[in-house]
Amino acid sequence: MNDKKTYLFDKPRNVKLVIWTLVLACAATLIADVFAHRHVDHPWESMFGFYAAFGFGAYALLVLVSEGLRLLIQRRKDYYDD
Amino acid sequence: MISVAPFLIFLVGAALAMVARGRVRDVIAVATPVVGAINLWALDGSAPMTVMLFGHELILVEVDRLSMLFGWLFHLAVFVVLVYNLYRPTKLEQVSILAYGASTMGAIFAGDLLTLLLFWEGLGLTSVFLVLARGTRKAERAAVRYLMLQVLSGVLLMCGIIVLINQGRSLAMAPLELEGLAAWLIFLSLGIKAGFPLLHNWITDTYPEATETGTVIMSALTTKTSIYCLASLFPGTELLIYIGATMTVFPIFYAVLEDDLRRVLSYSLINQLGFMITGIGIGTELAINGAVAHAFAHVMYKSLLFMSMGAVLYRTGKIGASELGGLYRTMPKTTIMCIIGAASISAFPLFSGFVAKAMVMSAALQGGYDWVWIALLFASAGVLHHAGIKIPFFAFFGHDSGQRPKEAPKPMLIAMFIASVMCIGIGVFPELLYDQLPYPVTYEPYTFEHVLTQLQLLLFAALCFVVLRVTKLEPHERPSVNLDIEWTYRWLLPRAGRWAYVKLGYFANHLRQLSQVGTQGTVWLVKLWHGPGGLFARDPLISMASLAVVIIFTLVLLLDLIQGY
Repeated sequence: MNDKKTYLFDKPRNVKLVIWTLVLACAATLIADVFAHRHVDHPWESMFGFYAAFGFGAYALLVLVSEGLRLLIQRRKDYYDD
Repeated sequence: MISVAPFLIFLVGAALAMVARGRVRDVIAVATPVVGAINLWALDGSAPMTVMLFGHELILVEVDRLSMLFGWLFHLAVFVVLVYNLYRPTKLEQVSILAYGASTMGAIFAGDLLTLLLFWEGLGLTSVFLVLARGTRKAERAAVRYLMLQVLSGVLLMCGIIVLINQGRSLAMAPLELEGLAAWLIFLSLGIKAGFPLLHNWITDTYPEATETGTVIMSALTTKTSIYCLASLFPGTELLIYIGATMTVFPIFYAVLEDDLRRVLSYSLINQLGFMITGIGIGTELAINGAVAHAFAHVMYKSLLFMSMGAVLYRTGKIGASELGGLYRTMPKTTIMCIIGAASISAFPLFSGFVAKAMVMSAALQGGYDWVWIALLFASAGVLHHAGIKIPFFAFFGHDSGQRPKEAPKPMLIAMFIASVMCIGIGVFPELLYDQLPYPVTYEPYTFEHVLTQLQLLLFAALCFVVLRVTKLEPHERPSVNLDIEWTYRWLLPRAGRWAYVKLGYFANHLRQLSQVGTQGTVWLVKLWHGPGGLFARDPLISMASLAVVIIFTLVLLLDLIQGY
């Protein structure tokens, strides 16, 4: 660890910049949803922000369920004795 | 123009590479897929090539739109991987990649099932060396398990073919109804190689154990060859829709929990195969086009991701998410190309996944498979988690592991660059791919609603990641084993075997003791009766016997006398 150089994301400012860009981009897609008239194939799709909510919810659900699953299926690294 | 069977070129290439050395061998290896591509170009639209073998006519090569597209794809994949391999070229890897390429070409251009069988077996036998080449004991064990399942798949296919021949049915590579023994045997055989649920585990068991290069080419060829065969033999088989949907969903949980990043990508591979299989199951023109387009795009971005992880493994000697982090500092080019692969698999607009994946999802909605559509949508968010975020984040960003490895070697960078260009090229100019698909394409990927909804899905899923990260709820990775169906044959079966051996041993012991007791008893009885002083050895008995003889003799004499009167 003799590396004294500072890299792009060593500055918290740059990390914040990335996060805020993402938040703004999310907001932009929601605003576009208000003004846009979307053609839909499925009734759920016509709900405002359906895809946004689904994306956020699916991700949270995935992590949550996996944590539960971890208790059930996770074993130590040398579990298989081969 | 003259053309030969595509597999021949690879076989000759493999043979030449086997005798050549050094730079010459490298040139032969890389040139083989190029010569193959020229041959493929000349092959387009040619008549079937047949040979007679044991009274059966084998259709060695039959060209159609589907096999041509897969042919181009696999030539490209083999080429890219052989370039990638130049960072540390070994004869074993180069020869097996070429022979493996020959098997794949043979399989996708096979005009009948017997020819397919020949190359189907070749797929496993040639690729296993890419696992063995890793040289670790773990790889060796995984290679044996791999070979067993690959051979099982071949045996099932062979049994299916035998039943077909017995029933006097055609062996042509034409759609089969999923009815009767033959079709089910063939279906299961393809299912093993395509990673159907419960038959999937060899993928995640073997691929992470192969060499840096081996994993890349294996992830590209075997499973997609099976996808090609499913599309040729079982299009529109409804069962495939549910099999495919299951495959998109269950691996993403494993991918979340897994620490080994190449194993994360292997689970992700099953998830991707699920999309293709769902498309084949729906079977409409849009769905089949979607499945094939997805296969094409997928080979490029999945190879790219595996290549970037191979570079990380090569430079750091580590591949666990818990051991890596912060590598963007010294491996910026690898980082950027990994992100291109991640954006492609997550289906961000302007990347290849975006123009491919949505076709299957549209087809699911149009076919009225609402729940399947929901499953695919959930799986799409899952892909963003494990392949879109986890792979680049834990390897190149995240916590600083303190490692400052060198940038990936040049050959690796060139290979990744070619794959990156393909990913973006297909994403920006989808017609290039669409024009090659089996059916005419009317699908328009870049509509306002498609771009907007896809961005919403992905950006908000990414936002969820940020929220979990900032609130420290995002789980930490740790080295571990996550139980999967392989538990049955890696844990249960050996133990059951040992248990049975011990129990049978007891039983055998008891049997032996019992027989000993029996023998001893018999000996004792014999001794008792016939031994010295035994019942039958006593002197009085001999006199008794002579007395009996005398009595009987007298009786006979008396009877004779009585009869005389």
